[in-house]
Parts: sequence; structure tokens; C-alpha cells
Amino acid sequence: MSMPSVLLLAAFAAMPAFAQGLGQRISESDLRAWDISILPDGTGLPPGSGTPAQGARIYAEKCVACHGEAGKGGTAAPLVGGAPLTAINTPKTIANFWGDATTVFDFIRRAMPWQQPRSLSDDEVYALTAYLLAQNRLIGENEAMNARTLPKVKMPNRDNFILRFPERI
Amino acid sequence: MQELIQVASNGLLDRRAFLRGGALFTGYVIAGGAAAAPLADAPWSKSAGSNSPTYEKPSRFEDKVARTLSNPNGEPRTSHARTPHHLLNGSFTPNGLHFTINHSGTPDIDPEQHRLVIHGLVKRPLAFTLDTLGRYPLVSRMTFVECGGNSAPLFSPQPIQATAQALHGLVSCAEWTGVMLSTLLEEAGVEPKAKWLVAEGADSLALSRSVPLSKAMDDAMIALYQNGERLMPGNGYPMRLLLPGWEGNMNVKFLRRLKLVEQPAMSYYEARTYSQILPGGKAYRFYFLQEVKSFITHPSLGLKMKGPGFYEISGIAYSGNGRIAKVMVSADGGKSWAQAALQTPVLPKAFTRFRVPWRWDGGPAVLQSRAWDEAGYAQPTRAAFVAARGETPAPFPVTAFANQHFNAVTSWAVDAKGEVSHVYA
Repeated sequence: MSMPSVLLLAAFAAMPAFAQGLGQRISESDLRAWDISILPDGTGLPPGSGTPAQGARIYAEKCVACHGEAGKGGTAAPLVGGAPLTAINTPKTIANFWGDATTVFDFIRRAMPWQQPRSLSDDEVYALTAYLLAQNRLIGENEAMNARTLPKVKMPNRDNFILRFPERI
Repeated sequence: MQELIQVASNGLLDRRAFLRGGALFTGYVIAGGAAAAPLADAPWSKSAGSNSPTYEKPSRFEDKVARTLSNPNGEPRTSHARTPHHLLNGSFTPNGLHFTINHSGTPDIDPEQHRLVIHGLVKRPLAFTLDTLGRYPLVSRMTFVECGGNSAPLFSPQPIQATAQALHGLVSCAEWTGVMLSTLLEEAGVEPKAKWLVAEGADSLALSRSVPLSKAMDDAMIALYQNGERLMPGNGYPMRLLLPGWEGNMNVKFLRRLKLVEQPAMSYYEARTYSQILPGGKAYRFYFLQEVKSFITHPSLGLKMKGPGFYEISGIAYSGNGRIAKVMVSADGGKSWAQAALQTPVLPKAFTRFRVPWRWDGGPAVLQSRAWDEAGYAQPTRAAFVAARGETPAPFPVTAFANQHFNAVTSWAVDAKGEVSHVYA
């Protein structure tokens, strides 16, 4: 702990009036609209479901303009395929790199489509996730993604990560 | 006139020359120096000047001192603005020149309506306004912020000819003022199960990163001011998470939410972007730390030498592990080294300007700097670094991010014409 924060905490302890704090209480239900955090074990995944076929239709409407036909890439990154990680600058893709399938759902839901983030329904996000995982042959062509199935998808690269500074975590 | 003592080959002089003050160089003769022309009053000395503006900008003669933009037309992709290190001096970055990276543009946030919430594994979920946060005891600290991808061009197998701005422009240093995050977490009452917090911005990507709770309780800050004024929009206005010494992307800007959780979220930027591929195909995860680094800014590529004689070699050094302990400088590609003077105060996790006097004889020279931090870590040579971390199969565009967390030595070659180029030595 740095010296200023030590001093600050000492000052804090000496000021009982501050212990009440200035933060306003807020209920989890009142901040639900913001709470979009998903954890790899599935914590936070919402109700809903979607299939690759449903996702293909949404993709053609809302994603293809930037990410290209069948996720092959366009002005934005490819979403399907990926070379073996033979170079330190091999482009990282869902198939060759990402360790957790929940990351796919999380990023689509929080950030896509670029022009209208957080405009997709949870069913649509599940469907797009299912479509991309199926196109990458990580799930079956008819497999639905939902809060139960998504965290169980085995990502091919999941065991290839090394913690750089485990003592800092 | 005092003797300037050479302490390493190719003209590196004793750093202690600086400690004796500027008077040392009175009467110092620079070879080839021409006689000055006779003086006359210039026009600006013969009429009244302009009125003071409400917010002053640099002289119009300094308009080249500017950030370089990777996405000047605002296309739907990431935008980088790089700090012109070779055109600056001192230890702090002016706010308008602080580097920024925004992945979906800079949001136009109304500070009155902005909220920060702390929730999840806490006893009391809390919401804060900017005004409220300003009423807590505030702390100021100088710290650098560096993108995990800074210096990535040096992963190229051949040196990419580019300025210090292009190579290393994604690091800057400022004085940040704000509330210690530990103060707010104690008020919210962190549950024992909580091990991480997920930080999220109010930008359109809702950019999100997982931070170990231990860092949050150590020296993390909710920064409200940057070099004395409110945060620049590109640096997270009205508030950002500040994690001194850690990867820039984790210092979440436009901060609106901190959720206490048991495990990291594996968000896009930690699962993909800032997990770097190693030779052999495995990858580092959760690198976090910006390790000890230094680079010479003067002279450097883009700054032409103006004939043999006296110059000051200077640059910046910093470490996410704490203070800079020592910087060594070489003018012969690493064969001999002179210890640099460190500009005081030397602050932890902040830029430290280093300086070495140099008498350039007009011949070829290769300038390098190498820093050590107070935790005992040495900045690696590039050869040692790439032996462990690899390099790319071929050169790549200077703005590309081939890999992350490069902190090895940078080498500048000076030729007999005074041109400076980027070399590996």
C-alpha cells in the first residue's frame, strides 16, 4: 500500500462521521438494467435460448455488413475459422484462442451491433452465439444455447493459458 | 571552465556534471559554432501583444507538437492517439497530449447524470455522483498509464523506422486526483467471498475488465482530476479507474460500475486482446503489470543532429513495480555504459526523466538506455527479450499490435550526417 493511502486510511479511521459514507443505497433490482456481467461458470446468464438457424437469420440482417458472409470477415474481424497459433501475431479468433464460450455471449450482448449496442434481445444474443459456435464447429448445427448449455461448451484452446503473475491474483 | 570527464566510450560524460549546475557550460566551445548575427528589435517587441485567452493553447509555432491518430476519420474501429515523446521534455504529459485509446469513440457524458455503482458481493450496494465523490478525502498521485500494446513495433524481426511517438507513444504520465477505491469498498462492505471486481465503462462498448480485489484495496483510485483539471474526455471524463503500474486497458474509463465477484469475467479484452501468444502457441493470461522500461527521446529518430559537439541525451524510465533505481546509457551499442542522472523527485510508478551529457565526435554512435527498478528488475536487452517472447515472422505496419507487453531496450543509431535511425543492437 502506498504511503498516501496509508495516511488516508489513518485519517479515515480518525473521522467517525465518515464511516456513514456518502454513497446512496441502491437495490440490485434498480441497477439491473446495467448489470450485464457474465462469468465463465454461467453466473449472470439470463433466461432465454437460441439456435444456430435463428442466429443465421439475425447475422444476415445485423452483422454481415461488417463481419462478412458466414463470418469470414470484412471491415471487422473474421468470426469463423482461425489458423493454428504458430506465430506470436497469429490473429486470435473464437476458434483458435478464446478460452470460454461465455465471452462470446458477453461481448455480443454488451457491444454489438456497433451502431446499436445493447439493442438485441437475450434470445437474439443466444442465437447469434449459437450460430458463431456452430459455424466454428464447436457445437452441433442444431444445438441450442442457453444459460445451461453455453458454459459447458468446450473451447479448443482453453487449456493453453499460463498465468503470468499468479501471486498477484 | 571545468573538465567534462568521459565515463563511457564514444563521448558519454559524467552525469555529475549536471549536479554542479548550468554554469558549468559557460564558455564551453562547440566545434564549428558560428558567430551570432548582430541583434535588432523584432516586430513582436515593438507593439503590444494579443489578449489573454480564457484557456491558453501552445504557441502557433508549436503546432507540430501533436498526437498522431490511427483513425482520423472515426471509422467504426479503435482510435489511438499517441504522445509525441520526442517533442516533449520533463516528466509529465500535458493533458491534450496524453495518449488515448478509445474502442468505440469518446462518449459525451453529462457529469450531472453520470453514476458510479458498486454492487455484487457487498453488504450495501451503493451509487455515487461525481459531486458526492468530490466530497471524500482526495488523494493526488503521479503515475504513468501505459497500453499493454505499447512498443509492439519492436516485435518486428527488422527494426521499423519510426519515431519514439510511433514506437512508444501509448504511454503518458499525469498527476491524478481522486478517491481511494479502498475507501468506497469499505463503505460498501465487501463480502469475504469476493475475490475480483468487474469494472465497466459508460462507453458504447461498456468496456469491461476484471481486477483482482487485492489491487483494488492496495493503490487503486477513482480518478476525478488529471493534472489539476477534470479528466480529458478521451481519458475517461468524468471518472476512471486508476490502477497504478497496471495495463492501461484495465484503467477503465467513463467508469460507471464495479461488481464484486468470485471469479474473473473473462471479458473480451482479458480473454483475447491482452492475453499474448508465446512461441510454441501457449499464451499468457492476466499479465497486468507494466514492467520496467526506458527509452531515449533526445536524440531519437526524427530529430536531426546539428553537427558534432555537446548534446544532452535524455529519455524517460518507469516501472509498474515502483521507483526507478538506476538508468544506464550507452553510446556504443551496449559495449560500455554511463550512469544517467535521474531527475528528482523519483516517484513510484511514474515517469523519471534521465539525462547524460554527451560530446558527439561526429562519428557513428548507437544510443541505448537500460533501466532498473527498486524491486530489482532490469529492463531486458532486446535479444534476451525476444529469445523468451519471440518476434514476428515478418515486419508489419507500425500501428499494428503484433503482441503485447514489450519492455526491452530501444536502440537509436546516429550516422556521420547526424541522421538518427532505429536499429537492433
